[in-house]
Amino acid sequence: MNIRNILLIIAGTCILPFTTHAQIDPSLLKSIPKDTVKQTMNMDAIYNRPFVSVGKLPVSVGGYMEANWQHLGTDGISEGHQFQFRRMTLFVASTISKRIKFLSEIEFEDGAKEIAIEFAALDIELHPLLNLRGGMIMNPIGAFNQNHDGPKWEFTDRPIAMTQMLPATWSNAGFGIYGKYYSKDWMFGYEAYISGGFDNSIINNEENKTFLPAAKNNPERFEESASGEPLFTGKVAVRNNKIGEIGFSYMGGVYNKYQDDGIRLDEKRSVNIWAIDFNTTLPELNTFITGEWAWIKVNVPETYSQQYGNKQQGGFIDIVQPILKRNILGWRKATLNLACRLERVDWNVGRFKETGGNIADNLWSIMPAISFRPTSETVLRLNYRYQQQKDLLGNPPSVTSGLSFGISTYF
Amino acid sequence: MKNFYIACLIIITGIILIQACSKLEPRPLADDQLLDGPVGELNYEQNQRFLAGDIAFNDEIFTVEKGVGPIFVATSCGSCHAGDGKGHPFTTLTRFGQVDETGNHFLDQGGPQLQNRAIPGHLPETIPTGATFAKFTPPGNTGLGFLELVSDQDILSMADPHDTDGDGISGEPNWNTVPAYISPSNTIKYICRFGRKASIFNLLQQTVNAYNQDIGITSVYATKDVYTHQEIDPEVSTQTVNNVAFYLQTLKAPIQRNQQDPEVINGGAVFTQIGCENCHKQTLKTGYSPVQSLSNKEFHPYTDLLLHDMGSGLDDGYTEGSAKTYEWRTTPLWGLGLSPRSQGGSYFLLHDGRATSIEQAIEMHGGEATKARTNYSNLSKADKDALLKFLKSL
Repeated sequence: MNIRNILLIIAGTCILPFTTHAQIDPSLLKSIPKDTVKQTMNMDAIYNRPFVSVGKLPVSVGGYMEANWQHLGTDGISEGHQFQFRRMTLFVASTISKRIKFLSEIEFEDGAKEIAIEFAALDIELHPLLNLRGGMIMNPIGAFNQNHDGPKWEFTDRPIAMTQMLPATWSNAGFGIYGKYYSKDWMFGYEAYISGGFDNSIINNEENKTFLPAAKNNPERFEESASGEPLFTGKVAVRNNKIGEIGFSYMGGVYNKYQDDGIRLDEKRSVNIWAIDFNTTLPELNTFITGEWAWIKVNVPETYSQQYGNKQQGGFIDIVQPILKRNILGWRKATLNLACRLERVDWNVGRFKETGGNIADNLWSIMPAISFRPTSETVLRLNYRYQQQKDLLGNPPSVTSGLSFGISTYF
Repeated sequence: MKNFYIACLIIITGIILIQACSKLEPRPLADDQLLDGPVGELNYEQNQRFLAGDIAFNDEIFTVEKGVGPIFVATSCGSCHAGDGKGHPFTTLTRFGQVDETGNHFLDQGGPQLQNRAIPGHLPETIPTGATFAKFTPPGNTGLGFLELVSDQDILSMADPHDTDGDGISGEPNWNTVPAYISPSNTIKYICRFGRKASIFNLLQQTVNAYNQDIGITSVYATKDVYTHQEIDPEVSTQTVNNVAFYLQTLKAPIQRNQQDPEVINGGAVFTQIGCENCHKQTLKTGYSPVQSLSNKEFHPYTDLLLHDMGSGLDDGYTEGSAKTYEWRTTPLWGLGLSPRSQGGSYFLLHDGRATSIEQAIEMHGGEATKARTNYSNLSKADKDALLKFLKSL
């Protein structure tokens, strides 16, 4: 399907409800705000978004956009002022019948350079503890992959470890089950899916490193799994309303095309990923803390280049402190936050066979921020990044720093 | 009205931040701390070619789809030459199969270069039984364009193969045949100057060989695949090969640091006094070049581009061109002090990185350099320190 057709379908989906009510009264556009009362977990992020529905139509729509200005320099060299339209995402949700619903998320990145269906799945509730989901699912590895909407974050950039080590946003055609259980302040949730997965590009790519996001570039992956084996993704999470939420997740399977046309090409090689995520709000201070850490193990042939590592790890922690919550510039519940993100990624954990010395290929970054939320669904954010990145050999790090300003809003 | 003033204040603060943002960014390193960067005074067209070569050299990664494999050594030029400096043992390559000037007798078994890595599903090469070999740590790239422009006459004027002056130094050039894209004759031998054995004629040949032997990429200049030994379509464009050669030609020469430091000046005097300068010639000059910054210039590489007997300790039993197995080209010392910036914080010196300090490298000199090494051993600690400081300033 070409881009034009996709645009036509999206436009049609959005415009159809309005054209059927040619003289529609705007008051009929019912805003369904983000549910902040119902107890939610990270796994609910897909549905926990603001939508707009029209009259009694069973379809509701929504979306968000992100745009940035940045001025970054690396080792004294800067590309100058950069204006970036990072992405616009459209959601379309539909309640097909009682306990059957559908939601889709279509993302346009960097203008329209990349258009992707990030999520398009049918959910069938058999029991609150047992729901079936099928379609284009977002693999629940860590928390960020499912909970990645720009307006939810105080930073212009997505976490490096979750996008340049883990492949967020990482969606695949697949099926699975999920469920939740509540008891007073406690919630327990689980998800388990089998889906299409990775391919040889994770150790054969133009990043010159083991790079799981490279598999996103394979246009065939929605119709053909490279290995012919399912990728399993599972997550369990526990939340206490007074303490916070912690999640443990795993994703793994065979990634390589080990046979083709009945001919054995290689042995089966696996990729295994473990992640832990958490979030909490400190009482009294209202400090919001969220973070995620992941470990990756990839079966890389001994005789291949150590340029492509067999172990990776990385993560981030965000600390967000509201410092002002009041009427600001006429917005009644506006919030001013101070925030800071700490990040670390090691793309190649190991030692050189030749010298026994440490393989570097890593970075760390600190990003203080000020964010202003005139409403909970819109954020203006000013970030300063300081980052040091080392090459494979561990040579003196390249230093990147600079400012970025961005806006992001649900609509 | 209050809101209006607050909003104005925010906007004014934003404008100030935007104007001041570059002050919050890291300062560039001083030019003498970096090995990369072009020679000065390139014109627009030359700058464009330099940038294209820079991208091809440092940023282009070869994947299986782009021609890497099934066997290979590296996946990009930049993998072996971080920051255009010397390489690391991780990127050390192995050559085998030649013991004298009669040539390499293992070409049909994968010679001259061992493809020591393989893509999944394949096995890398192994050294054939009976073949001798040597390991080669990638040299620095900087200033190569100056070395390419030293005239044959100047090289010959430094040669003294029969040691007629009796100083114990008997350098000689490596006379070698060159590929057909340089000269159609395969019998005429030319003075060559690049590589640890000085067996490579010029930077185009160096570039072509590196694409083919190090990354396994064919070009119109080198059409045979290292795995099948059959001719295949070019996997890198001729323009890219030429751009990379131009990039190497126009990389600036390393800039000496702390030149006015008395200890460095003293160390330079010691360097000459103990005989290092007999081979590591401080000053050479270029001939004509259409690139103004390279044309008819004096420069200071600390090499004579000649082969010297380095003794049995450095004789690995492998050679190239007319060099003997114990002969090695005088390594240019410029950029020596910046080596740790590209070798992961350590020194890996001599042809295979076996010396992990400058002192070790000096002490491993033998053959024609024995006298200079002995002189070094007899130096006072102060003179040794000065010499070391001088070498690290290069």
